[in-house]
Amino acid sequence: MSASDYQPVIGLEVHAQLLTGSKIFCGCSTRFGAPPNHNTCPVCLGLPGVLPTLNQRVVEFAIRAGLALGCAIRLTSVWSRKNYFYPDLPKGYQITQYDLPICEGGRLSIEAGEGSREIRIRRIHMEEDAGKSIHDGASGHSLVDLNRAGVPLLEIVSEPDLRSSDEAAQYLKELREVLVYLEINDGNMEEGSFRCDANVSVMRKGASALGVRTELKNMNSFRFVRQAIDYELARQIDLLERGGTVVQETRLWDPQRSETRPMRSKEEAHDYRYFPEPDLPPLEISQALVDAVARSLPELPQAKARRFQARYGLPAYDVKILCAERPLADFFEASAALYTDYKKLSNWFLGELLRLRHEEGGGFPWKIRPEQLAGLLVRVDRGEISASAAKDVLGAMFRTGEDPASIIQTRGLGQISDTAVIEAAVEQALAQHPAEAARYRAGKKQVFGFFVGQVMKAMKGKGNPALINEVLKKKLG
Amino acid sequence: MTPPVLNLSMLELAGALARREISSVEATHACLGRIEAVDPRVKAFLRIDAEGALAAAEASDNRRQSGALSALDGVPVAVKDLFLTEGVETTAGSKILAGFIPPYDATAVKLLKGAGLPILGKLNQDEFAMGSSTESSAFFPTHNPWDLSRTPGGSSGGSSAAVAAREIFGALGTDTGGSIRQPAALTNTVGLKPTYGRLSRYGVIAFASSLDQVGPITRSVLDAAALLQILAVHDPKDSTSSTAPVPNYMAEIEGGVSGMRLGVPREYFVPGMDPEVEHAVRQAASDLERMGAKLVDVSLPHTRYALAAYYLIAPAEASANLARYDGVRYGLRAQVAGGLREMYCRTRAAGFGPEVKRRIMLGTYALSAGYYDAYYLKAQKVRTLIREDFLRAFQKVDAIVSATSPVTAFKLGEKVDDPLAMYLMDVLTLPCNLAGLPGLSVPCGFGTGDLPIGLQILGRPFDESRILRIGRAFEREADFAGRAPPL
Amino acid sequence: MKLTLQEVRHVAALARLSLSPEEEERYRHQLSAILEAMELLKALDTKDVPPTSHAIAEDSVLREDVVVPSIEPAKALANAPDKVGTSFAVPKIIE
Repeated sequence: MSASDYQPVIGLEVHAQLLTGSKIFCGCSTRFGAPPNHNTCPVCLGLPGVLPTLNQRVVEFAIRAGLALGCAIRLTSVWSRKNYFYPDLPKGYQITQYDLPICEGGRLSIEAGEGSREIRIRRIHMEEDAGKSIHDGASGHSLVDLNRAGVPLLEIVSEPDLRSSDEAAQYLKELREVLVYLEINDGNMEEGSFRCDANVSVMRKGASALGVRTELKNMNSFRFVRQAIDYELARQIDLLERGGTVVQETRLWDPQRSETRPMRSKEEAHDYRYFPEPDLPPLEISQALVDAVARSLPELPQAKARRFQARYGLPAYDVKILCAERPLADFFEASAALYTDYKKLSNWFLGELLRLRHEEGGGFPWKIRPEQLAGLLVRVDRGEISASAAKDVLGAMFRTGEDPASIIQTRGLGQISDTAVIEAAVEQALAQHPAEAARYRAGKKQVFGFFVGQVMKAMKGKGNPALINEVLKKKLG
Repeated sequence: MTPPVLNLSMLELAGALARREISSVEATHACLGRIEAVDPRVKAFLRIDAEGALAAAEASDNRRQSGALSALDGVPVAVKDLFLTEGVETTAGSKILAGFIPPYDATAVKLLKGAGLPILGKLNQDEFAMGSSTESSAFFPTHNPWDLSRTPGGSSGGSSAAVAAREIFGALGTDTGGSIRQPAALTNTVGLKPTYGRLSRYGVIAFASSLDQVGPITRSVLDAAALLQILAVHDPKDSTSSTAPVPNYMAEIEGGVSGMRLGVPREYFVPGMDPEVEHAVRQAASDLERMGAKLVDVSLPHTRYALAAYYLIAPAEASANLARYDGVRYGLRAQVAGGLREMYCRTRAAGFGPEVKRRIMLGTYALSAGYYDAYYLKAQKVRTLIREDFLRAFQKVDAIVSATSPVTAFKLGEKVDDPLAMYLMDVLTLPCNLAGLPGLSVPCGFGTGDLPIGLQILGRPFDESRILRIGRAFEREADFAGRAPPL
Repeated sequence: MKLTLQEVRHVAALARLSLSPEEEERYRHQLSAILEAMELLKALDTKDVPPTSHAIAEDSVLREDVVVPSIEPAKALANAPDKVGTSFAVPKIIE
């Protein structure tokens, strides 16, 4: 048998850090990058006698995510303790939601082949993040920093509906886009605020029983997710083909060696001994709260993309890029309200604005405003400025937020489109080069370019090229 | 001889302070003197903070002119070593926390300080509140002031002994399965376990989170009410802290028991109960009847399952609560040649005593894969049945009376080798913890050897006013608590 | 006896407690006796009884998302058995 006789079965577990100001169970800041143990208090340090108090914004964000992903929101959800020993887990247990999570049963569409497929979401729940431990080679110690302990997380678990590493990467991209749109997560995989584990197995096509699955960890980019899944699928298939069996285990992605390896510390499977958290009463939320959150949901990326295609008639490629970030899409719409050649506008976005953003680094809000962009494009249409000069103006507007008119003025970038002025310059050029004029009229059409150059020179490069062409053609005959 | 001031109740001392008959500093010195005289034999204290207490006493004296902070401003007390006290070592009676200096005060401690009470020190207890005799303290056992060869009960044995011995005027303890009420009964003091959630647990080292409650141990019911009033404040730091309105506990406390229906549960006369205890309690009940209460026979049919349910739920929660004692951030750390895991195992082996280890293992087992349903979940269901027994009974009666402890104070060493025999000491007290109800123990007599006997009064949730009123009525008629031990 | 030596060792490992052989045997006896005493719960029919995890029902008061100043690292580490800079130091975790 070959690889094509096997069906990959992939489920993803995403842990997304929430953009609240304070931690889930205490008032410490969630700010990233502080020196070790500078954002801690007795509660998140797990000192004797401390108790958790729930941050209401975490609940709101969980509801937001649940509604955006089409989940049912549980009005009564329960907290649990997940018990295990690790130095970055100060209490020796994590407060999470096991039995009755806040959200269940949602879906997210991904592109598959020509159409789209719905990937089902099993559940979403709230929990606290653990701290960080790093190995200090010099001292032979492990060093524990609890700044991250207690940062709120949403765990989003999909059903094993994904069928390839490509689909997995797509699902992650779409999910990340939704969470960033909702302004509950910053989508940063490298820094670890958006983390992904994969459950991977294979089954023979047509078989009814699922294969044994392994859990993959330590994939902190989309590329690694793809690579790790592909490696693992190949490894499992190869193993099965040679008559072996897949062991249920957790494997770490090793980016140096591009392979997955079993985690050595898992000699005994974890028995987490979940039980209901006695320090927190069951969470009761009202339908009124859920409705209020529903009303405040922004238009989500896929819906926005559909609307853009319909409203602006733009191709799918353009729309995908414009809608990938909510502030970008908003900027486009505000510009489109003032300048209605949507395709041209989109070209300026995809071509120039995004390039500028990449080079200059521009977090939203940008200095340039939609009406300034629209104003610039109108001037180009009117011939007041050449397209290439407009690129310079755009760059200046992006960097300084200055109006196009004043930039054009200051830099003398204005284009002369006054027919009379152009006629005069053309006539002068023709008068100065009668021999060339004669050669053109005799059939040497390439001389045309010479005259265009001459006229441009005389006009110090400010002549409207299209008009110059038109007048020259008329005068030369 | 005990200086007379030390025989005053908290409120009586407060009155004397107000009348300038004595100063808080003088009262504090009297306590310190008494501690020096008798604590070497009683061993109620783990550590004394004379400096801190005297400073607070002096501050109290200085502000007496302008106005007291509370009804008990300037009255010296002490707290069980389960309460975190900022800057003062707190051990929970365990080696694993020897040397631990908390960076914050428990809410209850903050409230005491805010009310102007000097805190003399930290009181001995069974390790992590697990026990009924204070013999499992990692440091030393406490001795019952009524008979130094016997235990004062537990786990708040130090608190009850110190109050009984007149070393302090009042104390705070905690009660998870009877740890305030049982030692109160064995030492002739008053012990109150409020409704679960009435008092904040923030800063109290957790044993079993759904059962633990903070409460006062005093020499009079009035004192218990006064302390309760100071401590009954909603605490936003404790998500299980109740927002139910706090009444004025003194308002009706002298109202008597006329017309009240008192339930006498037949299941609370257990096999192995000391006949003298049974006699004293039945006598107390008929005294209350004489005072105008109506005695009603009630049944709490699931009582006999309560011990098993408790000894599955409490250790299960404890096994998780004690996981943080791992040598990483505070407390004892064993020096090992191996890596982290060995450090964990040796630290906890060295730091925890046998009773704590026993309960951690029992709790871990009850929660473990394959056993959760049969043990922990089953126990939680039985808990529902026990709660429902009480709710049904409270439709017929206003309060329930029984003995607090089935026996009087037992000899040191008598039960340490038989965990089950020790667990039976709580058989009458722990059902109320499972149901979250308030419970009061008041002295109601003495058995052979002058060993104290306690009457337990259980009430509906948040009905502390009523049980205090019943206790007060009884105390007015027969002030057993006024009798001091022969120390 | 209710518990095997194997089970005692397993539970001790889960709870990160090292036990001497003598302790293993002693706890095996004691825990077995205690669990034996729990057997009476089996007699109760609790099929339709909901479990109680919170005896006194209380709606939680949720906390506003406001940052409260953290404690000084020196305070956070004041009781640390071992530290490097402002990090807690522990023997190496063998991964």
